[in-house]
Amino acid sequence: MTTENKPTVLEVKNLWVTYATENGPLDTVRNISMKIRRGEIYGLVGESGSGKTTLARALVRYLPSNGSITKGTITLGETDLLALSPREMRKVWGARVTMVHQDPSKAINPSIPVGEQIAEVARVHLGMSRAQARHKALEMLEKVQLPDPESVAGRYAHQLSGGMLQRILIATALTTNPQFLIMDEPTTALDVTTEAVILDLVRDLLHEYQTAVLYITHNLGVVARICDRVGVMYAGEMMEEGSIQQVFKQELHPYTLGLLGCVPRIDMCKLDIDLHTIPGFIPRPNALPHGCIFAPRCAIAEEACRQERPPLVEVAEGHLSACRRWAEVADNMQKIVPLEKDREEVDQQDVPLLLDARNIEKQFKLRRQGLSNLFSWKPDVVRAVDNMSIRVRKGATMGIVGESGCGKTTFARCIAGFEEATSGDIFLEGEALPRSIAQRSKSTLKKIQLVFQNPDASLNPQHPVGVSVGRPLALLGNVLQSEIDQRVRELFEAVNLPADYVNRLPHELSGGEKQRVAIARAFAANPDLMILDEPISSLDVSVQASLMNLLAELQKAKGTSYLFISHDLAAVRHLSDWIAVVYLGRVWEIGSAEDVFAPPYHPYTEALLSAIPLPDPAIHQERIRLHGSVPSAVNIPSGCRFHTRCPRKIGTICETEDPPWQNVNRFHSICCHIPLEQLTAMQVPVASETGKEQP
Amino acid sequence: MENIQSARPLPTSRAARSLKRMRRYPATMIGFAIVGIFILMALIGPLIAPYKFSDQDLVNKLQPASSEHWFGTDQFGRDIFSRILTGSRDVFTIAGSGTLLAVLMGLTLGMLSGYLGGAVDETIMRFMDVLLSIPPLLLAMIILGTVGPSRLNIVLVVSFLYIPMVSRVVRSVVLDLKTREFIEAAKMRGENNGYILFREILPNVLPPLAVEASMRFSYSIFLVASLGFLGLGVQPPSPDWGMMVSEARTWFNLAPWILLYPAGTIAFLVVGVAFMSDGLRRMLLPGGVSG
Repeated sequence: MTTENKPTVLEVKNLWVTYATENGPLDTVRNISMKIRRGEIYGLVGESGSGKTTLARALVRYLPSNGSITKGTITLGETDLLALSPREMRKVWGARVTMVHQDPSKAINPSIPVGEQIAEVARVHLGMSRAQARHKALEMLEKVQLPDPESVAGRYAHQLSGGMLQRILIATALTTNPQFLIMDEPTTALDVTTEAVILDLVRDLLHEYQTAVLYITHNLGVVARICDRVGVMYAGEMMEEGSIQQVFKQELHPYTLGLLGCVPRIDMCKLDIDLHTIPGFIPRPNALPHGCIFAPRCAIAEEACRQERPPLVEVAEGHLSACRRWAEVADNMQKIVPLEKDREEVDQQDVPLLLDARNIEKQFKLRRQGLSNLFSWKPDVVRAVDNMSIRVRKGATMGIVGESGCGKTTFARCIAGFEEATSGDIFLEGEALPRSIAQRSKSTLKKIQLVFQNPDASLNPQHPVGVSVGRPLALLGNVLQSEIDQRVRELFEAVNLPADYVNRLPHELSGGEKQRVAIARAFAANPDLMILDEPISSLDVSVQASLMNLLAELQKAKGTSYLFISHDLAAVRHLSDWIAVVYLGRVWEIGSAEDVFAPPYHPYTEALLSAIPLPDPAIHQERIRLHGSVPSAVNIPSGCRFHTRCPRKIGTICETEDPPWQNVNRFHSICCHIPLEQLTAMQVPVASETGKEQP
Repeated sequence: MENIQSARPLPTSRAARSLKRMRRYPATMIGFAIVGIFILMALIGPLIAPYKFSDQDLVNKLQPASSEHWFGTDQFGRDIFSRILTGSRDVFTIAGSGTLLAVLMGLTLGMLSGYLGGAVDETIMRFMDVLLSIPPLLLAMIILGTVGPSRLNIVLVVSFLYIPMVSRVVRSVVLDLKTREFIEAAKMRGENNGYILFREILPNVLPPLAVEASMRFSYSIFLVASLGFLGLGVQPPSPDWGMMVSEARTWFNLAPWILLYPAGTIAFLVVGVAFMSDGLRRMLLPGGVSG
């Protein structure tokens, strides 16, 4: 699938974008040149704040009113875009250039049926009649593989799932058969299984339509899976550019190498490797360092790097790097990303239990909406957590994975006591714990602490962060203020925050820093069990990596047990000693992290693993896809709950009978009808030691 | 473990940024200036008034503005400027303490209602709905008509009318805050309800409450003036702005200024307070907050 000889669709030369701000002009994008050919998917990666979205908007002249293109040229096909009047530009938008946004629920008008929204594009830009446009809309819905396009076309946004909405946006964007399509993080808001399906669809469709695509993402795995070329942006400039094969095989810029090192690998865990982190922050466009803009954060920067800004040079055919030491990057790999550690074998298996949650059930009664309320007095019951048993050993991490809506967060909230479990028993160090937080004594409350997903909401915006961290200590009573201050300073040091941050308010901190404060606050109570509910998923890859390292380090130092909840399997693999795979309120596979990530898998685990976008185009992954979304927890399918989506369903037995638990070894069990030997025979490892598929 | 960040520079202080934001909106500055002038007027006005508000000078009645009588004289020859100056005290004390009382009561009820929820919430809020369903001026007239228009009664009526609005705003903010994770974190470490209400929630209610209070204040000024106009305000001989407008109607053909000056003053103050509350909103609630 080479695109080398195809005609160029979009050509950008020396583009500068400037924002007018209160503090004077800010050059947000500087001197970018790029080419996107017909049928080529160009991936644009970089941390948040690197100017990816600004560049994309500038390419189609869709900047906010205070932004302007100050230098450079943009050519789309034969047209010089910068020469067009706003009126002519409007004809380009939506017809020759289209866009797919990150959050499909916001990009679709909630009060117009989705089919009509596609038809409208066809009428306006293709001049079709109502009937023709309607026909076109149905055709597009079929193209994006939506089941039953007729019925989908008549529905509104709230009646469709996130994955379906994203397909509708893609359908809308392709209706006019545009020359150039911008996709801005189109799968970031989706589950990993849905993401995999959408990525397959995008790749197939775009190669069919031969559209030139700019694909913005922060996920290098996604780039490796679908892009042809990739550009790595940093603080408004291009650091490295090349074909996927070139860039992933031989990184010629320390930033690219660093970004790749931040991503946890699914064949290694915290015992094998510390994740790489990029220290410091991305510079603001008005405070750029002299010389190479990446030098202050670069492990191999030398004096000369700080003197002069290196240009982007073509190192090999089509492979560009902005590092003066590009030739030495590969040799200095060890300096930039950490090596594997000598593994300290810890025998986890006979460590005593800390938490033993048995047969936890949580049901919510749903009030019926509308008229049906009058005719039925029996409320619908949502069985969010249905008989889940999970144990956490002392000093170990239990990871819980599953798609959204599988009940993992509800389970965690039951353990924390925010939700009172409908039935089941919770034991902490052998002692029964009351189900509701109101009935727990202060001393037991202290033993379980929580770190939430959203760092913005988890800190009181009006309290200086030092107060938030010190409060659990003050609650112990009989502690002098000076002792509290001392402990707070220690905690700040433990989470790598400067001590003078104590007086700052949360809004004066970055997302990663806020999450560090939240972790410090949780550790202040000196808990035995920490519940980590997606603590890193809203953050940048480099920040994720440093937080995961921090969590691993703190666990080692303090012996705290973690209950780590995430939909990011690579992160779970990295941090967890034990993993439970959850679907529709129940555990389907449980075992040590290594066992769960190797065959035999439960078919659901297999599908989840196969969906992970791995940041290495050389790895061939089995293509096992789950279609549709998780069924509603009101009407749970009979028999094996997974049978409606299971790619390995064996027959009616799956629909009628509850599958049995089969033990692979003392600690690894799978709940499936398929015998273990058969599962082992069918499945291949996701990533073996060498990272390549085994024959 | 990497040595994280060489400490990012601390953004400028909150107050400094608020001021900066305010400077971008001239209307806000004007609003604060107007309110400032009126407060000064209420404080020292009666001391610097050129005449006593009740001094009659029947020879010089219905005079237009002149260097002797800046705003002219009324039908009894009283100096309108002095009357407006003196009357400003009542406006601030009555509308101000009415608003203050409404804010305090509304804050209490709203916090209880939002935080406790359930039956308490239902009871309080349905009672508020009943109050809201009666036109405010009508309700005020009925009450004052029954109990008589003393200063204290007017204050009570003003606060009574505005408690529902304030408590609704507070309640919705509390409802939003209650589900935030920092409240859950507080429960998780065993804080009691008192701490959660007063230390975690209250500080976050204050900014939207300040905005609401300033808006209520401008409505109160209006209400007090309306009541005065209807004869249910502060009784003569006190120089009430609303009453001045009402009495001046008879003489409008002969001497329109005796109506226009007090009416203009009321409008000026109300607009000033409205600008100020808009500015407070921009300063305290950047990005907007539910409520």
